[in-house]
Amino acid sequence: MKDHLKGRAWVVGDNVDTDQIIPAEYLVTMDDKELAPHAFENAIPEFAKQVRAGDIVVAGRNFGCGSSREHAPRALMGAGVSCVIAVSFARIFFRNSINLGLPVIEATIHAKKGDVIEVALKNGIAANRSTGEEAGFKAYPPFVMMLIQKGGLVPYTREMLGCKE
Amino acid sequence: MSKTIAEKILSAKSRKDVRAGDIVEAQVDYVMVNDITGPAAFDEFEGLCAPIKRDKVVLIPDHYVPNKDVASAKQAKKMRDFARKHKVRNYFEVGSGGVCHQLMIEQGFVAPGRLIVGADSHTCSYGALGAFSTGIGSTEAATVFARGVLWFKVPESMKFKVDGKLGRFVSGKDIILTIIGDIGVEGARYASMEVEGSSVASLPLSDRITISNMGIEAGAKACIVPPDKKVYEYLRTRVRGSYKPAFADDDAAYSDVMEYDGRKIVPVVAKPFLPSNVAPASEAGVAIDQAYLGSCTNGRIEDLRIAAKLLKGRKVHAGVRMIVVPATKEVFDAAVREGLVKVFSDAGAYVSGPTCGACLGGYMGVLAPGERCVSSTNRNFVGRMGAKDSEVYLASPAVVTASAIKGRIADPSEVAR
Ligand code: SF4
Repeated sequence: MKDHLKGRAWVVGDNVDTDQIIPAEYLVTMDDKELAPHAFENAIPEFAKQVRAGDIVVAGRNFGCGSSREHAPRALMGAGVSCVIAVSFARIFFRNSINLGLPVIEATIHAKKGDVIEVALKNGIAANRSTGEEAGFKAYPPFVMMLIQKGGLVPYTREMLGCKE
Repeated sequence: MSKTIAEKILSAKSRKDVRAGDIVEAQVDYVMVNDITGPAAFDEFEGLCAPIKRDKVVLIPDHYVPNKDVASAKQAKKMRDFARKHKVRNYFEVGSGGVCHQLMIEQGFVAPGRLIVGADSHTCSYGALGAFSTGIGSTEAATVFARGVLWFKVPESMKFKVDGKLGRFVSGKDIILTIIGDIGVEGARYASMEVEGSSVASLPLSDRITISNMGIEAGAKACIVPPDKKVYEYLRTRVRGSYKPAFADDDAAYSDVMEYDGRKIVPVVAKPFLPSNVAPASEAGVAIDQAYLGSCTNGRIEDLRIAAKLLKGRKVHAGVRMIVVPATKEVFDAAVREGLVKVFSDAGAYVSGPTCGACLGGYMGVLAPGERCVSSTNRNFVGRMGAKDSEVYLASPAVVTASAIKGRIADPSEVAR
């Protein structure tokens, strides 16, 4: 996982549930690239066409609530989203993202569509370069940091199982 | 040192003395995946170099089965093939299974003191039997297939005490919706809810499952009801293996304790588009196009009995489609045996076999633009049951049925005999 991230902001509000991130009718595939064209399809109709690699989603409270579908972080990753910053996250979305390697950060930062956002993961700083606003966030607990450094839950599990290569 | 139920179970399963805030790896009793979350878990599992922990794994196709189209047929086949390849006995084919959470409970996988995870957010339902259970992702499920353990952050606990005699048509659904209306959709975020008190103790297990089922709609990680005789009695003929109930100590530490007067709780609905948007059913007054009775929240035989009693000898309103979906084969068979299916059919309701179906806007009752549905399910988010401007009002089986008869959202007392 890269420590330093930079991208354009996509701004959404409070309580964005996984149905809004990826509607249930597209749950018939797990392929990031097949899911990506439908990311935010109803909530932000222009998202899929205009999103660029590295873009950052800036959200309000309780981002990713609702169904436990891992399709949600996968769809965002497939679309090229490099990070989600939210005031708070729903628990399962937070876990899924960490386990898959999508950085998710709890911080309060104000932004409008297209603002340039920068994040320094280890230092715990999120900044809006377009407005000059900066916000600190709490570093991950040691076990979670270890998971991230190993590349997520699967590489960690392979190591615990003693899998070759 | 005193502990909450969550701390007790996670301590026992990690063989450590843990408290809220600690991170542990704990032994999982069962891990469940469904036809939506399973395929990704199967792919991940094949990349791990370990045999499957066969007896801990439960595979339940329910969301899009019987297959709604070719894509969903492929997913269901993937689960069937995985079960064969790895000789997973706990696989429940169409015709013998049903909605995953109700099936997990009926099949005796769930018991007090157990730690159960599932790749489905309503896995928290099993708290009604005194288990610590929580929803996880597919990737995590795959690692549990291989190692039988998973990491957990021990949650803070919040206590909800509901005391007093409940009114005639007041159900577990009304209790949990009232709580969510009060604390909001993230009022219990990351926390373990413990729900107790004389009102809760008076409820049948079925209604307690409704309460635990919707804990996630307040953001909770788990939603536990202290187990009692009703639970032990239910499990007597079905539980697999032995179990050891866990109870909170009297002086356990809670981040919050909330008290409710059960006598003041009334039949309610949660209006679009959040489960916290709660109002008395008697005040909603809006016309409906569809009434849906089913799901892991309220698709049990007890729910169908309540509906049939109100519907008997009456007709569903001319402007309304009523759809009844027993949650599992066991519920379906009981409904046939007890003559409930005939009551529904005579009233003009449509009865289907078990499936998640329209609960998640899958099929068998999807809503057109602008349509409104009163539903016994657990979510009323934008587009949950169909078109993005369709509306879902969440309610108890009694309110769903009263509304189906009246053609608008109605309090059950309006049709009571
Ligand atoms: S019935 Fe509805 S809420 Fe329950 S598992 Fe199925 S889709 Fe999810």
